[in-house]
Amino acid sequence: MELFQGKRRNILPGFGLSMGYTVFYLSAIVIVPLSMIFFNTIPMGWEPFLHTVTAPRVLASYRLSFSTALFAAIFDAIVGLLTAWVLVRYRFAGRQFLDALVDLPFALPTAVAGICFATLYSPVGWLGETFAKWNIEIINSPTGIVVALIFIGFPFVVRTIQPVLEEVEQEIEEAAQCLGATRWQTFRKILLPHLFPALLTGSTLAFARGIGEYGSVIFIAGNLPMKTEIAPLMIMSKLDQFDYAGASAVALVLLLISFSMLLLLNAVQEWQQKEYR
Amino acid sequence: MGIELQNITKKFTGYTALDNISLNVASGELVALLGPSGCGKTTLLRIIAGLELPDSGKIILEQKDTTNLPPRKKNVGFVFQHYALFRRLTVFENVAFGLKVLPMRERPSRSAIQERVEHLLKLVQMDWAIKRYPSQLSGGQRQRVALARALAVNPKVLLLDEPFSALDAKVRQELRRWLRKLHDEIHVTSIFVTHDQEEALELADRIVVINKGRIEQQGTPQEVYDHPVNAFVYNFLGNVNVFHGRIKNGKVTLGTHHVDAPDELKHTEERASQAFVRPHEIGISRIRSAETDLAGTIQEVRIMGGQIGLNLACEGFEHPIDAEIQRELYLNLQLAKGEKVFVSLNRVRVFTSDYEI
Repeated sequence: MELFQGKRRNILPGFGLSMGYTVFYLSAIVIVPLSMIFFNTIPMGWEPFLHTVTAPRVLASYRLSFSTALFAAIFDAIVGLLTAWVLVRYRFAGRQFLDALVDLPFALPTAVAGICFATLYSPVGWLGETFAKWNIEIINSPTGIVVALIFIGFPFVVRTIQPVLEEVEQEIEEAAQCLGATRWQTFRKILLPHLFPALLTGSTLAFARGIGEYGSVIFIAGNLPMKTEIAPLMIMSKLDQFDYAGASAVALVLLLISFSMLLLLNAVQEWQQKEYR
Repeated sequence: MGIELQNITKKFTGYTALDNISLNVASGELVALLGPSGCGKTTLLRIIAGLELPDSGKIILEQKDTTNLPPRKKNVGFVFQHYALFRRLTVFENVAFGLKVLPMRERPSRSAIQERVEHLLKLVQMDWAIKRYPSQLSGGQRQRVALARALAVNPKVLLLDEPFSALDAKVRQELRRWLRKLHDEIHVTSIFVTHDQEEALELADRIVVINKGRIEQQGTPQEVYDHPVNAFVYNFLGNVNVFHGRIKNGKVTLGTHHVDAPDELKHTEERASQAFVRPHEIGISRIRSAETDLAGTIQEVRIMGGQIGLNLACEGFEHPIDAEIQRELYLNLQLAKGEKVFVSLNRVRVFTSDYEI
């Protein structure tokens, strides 16, 4: 029982009960289902497992999934920050309309988004035509995947930064200005450090979402072996071939890498926050 | 002249925050802008700092027209009511900020910055906290750091916006005295905004009383307190009893009571007037010593430390009168609720302005 008690006696009641609920639901919703991946993989044996997950096609798909998700997350961090800035700092007609637009990627079935992108960026589509002139291929290329993932991850960044930015008192910026700082210095030295944890959280969420994204990507990626096959697609194609163990093996590695990255980012954030408390 | 304000006007939608304000502050002077909240005093301070632009008028700092300069080029130190320290920076980094953002050519060396910050923190008695973060400091300590930060850039003028109002009474008083002492040491031209008359009286070389975007009166604390030019200033500078009456034939009626009108109002025609008496300028005794003494009954006794507050119902007066007496007198006269006493109004001020309280 010791394990479930706070270090000191807590004034807030209900620690045991709420902790119990938390553990129970996390188990029911996250741990138990995900552990099935693990248990499905075990019967496979070590050799075939290694063989499956180090197959060149699979490795290429991991590389693609993580790199495209990373690029998209970085892009989202920049654009998301700008968008949040505009939404928080300026009052203009249509602001609420814009604000609602931000959430749309959450609501839209991702396959719909994928199809929209595919039409828009295809060599005969509105935008694809223009890019084709410059010899830039978006559809059937990693670029296309990044475009789709940017769309999917965007709301995470905006929504995590918005409340933090709203909290920043105007006085802080005024103080910096009175001390001789330019707008850029104020942003760089005062605001950015303040927003950084939220920015990191938002981008992490966008990144995590990007790794697992399937629906929107498969329509735009073209799914060329070794080139534009993402990891979730590898899992799907193994399932299509009734190779359940192989699918679990690929999923397990994906899961382990994602989880350790999230843990790492959380640790960075914890360390960032600690000093100022 | 340290600061010259010429005909500053600022309108916000629906009201005029500042109405043609002109004000001079001598170099090295410590001036208080005193007024009720919403009177425009903070707006005026922000305009001097460049955080707000006036609709018309000029701001001249040390002979240089700075009306249209952005805040970062004005070289003013600004201290905010809620400190506005940079939370993510240490005390050292906070104070060093103004030096570190200087263009490369003007920026002091690392060691010079270190030295200056240490010197300033010593000056505000915060050198022990150099490595702390603002969240680890109390309100009073934060405000000291904020002051050191503002002074780091060698400002031409120091502007303080209700610097002590977020602090508790004891700390406020302590910091007030400390700031006065500090100002005597460094002599930087300073303006502070306050709604606390005690703070203004104690701290300032000169008080500027502002009401509804206009300057009502300016002068030394002594002048303003002893010779208020109108009812507003008198009322704002301390607790008062107000009597609405009439002036007639050189006499002012207060209830059933009459007092001589002040010289300048002796020959005025009959008109409405207001008479004011400060609670501590009311005498209380057990025996009637003068014809004009009022008979009263103590309705309430408030123990306020060294002073005792009495609420008196006086014959011929509609509203009760507040008086403040020394504790010693209170004990000597053995006063208590319900006791009968005689009340003398020692210093009655009469104004005929139409100012309403």
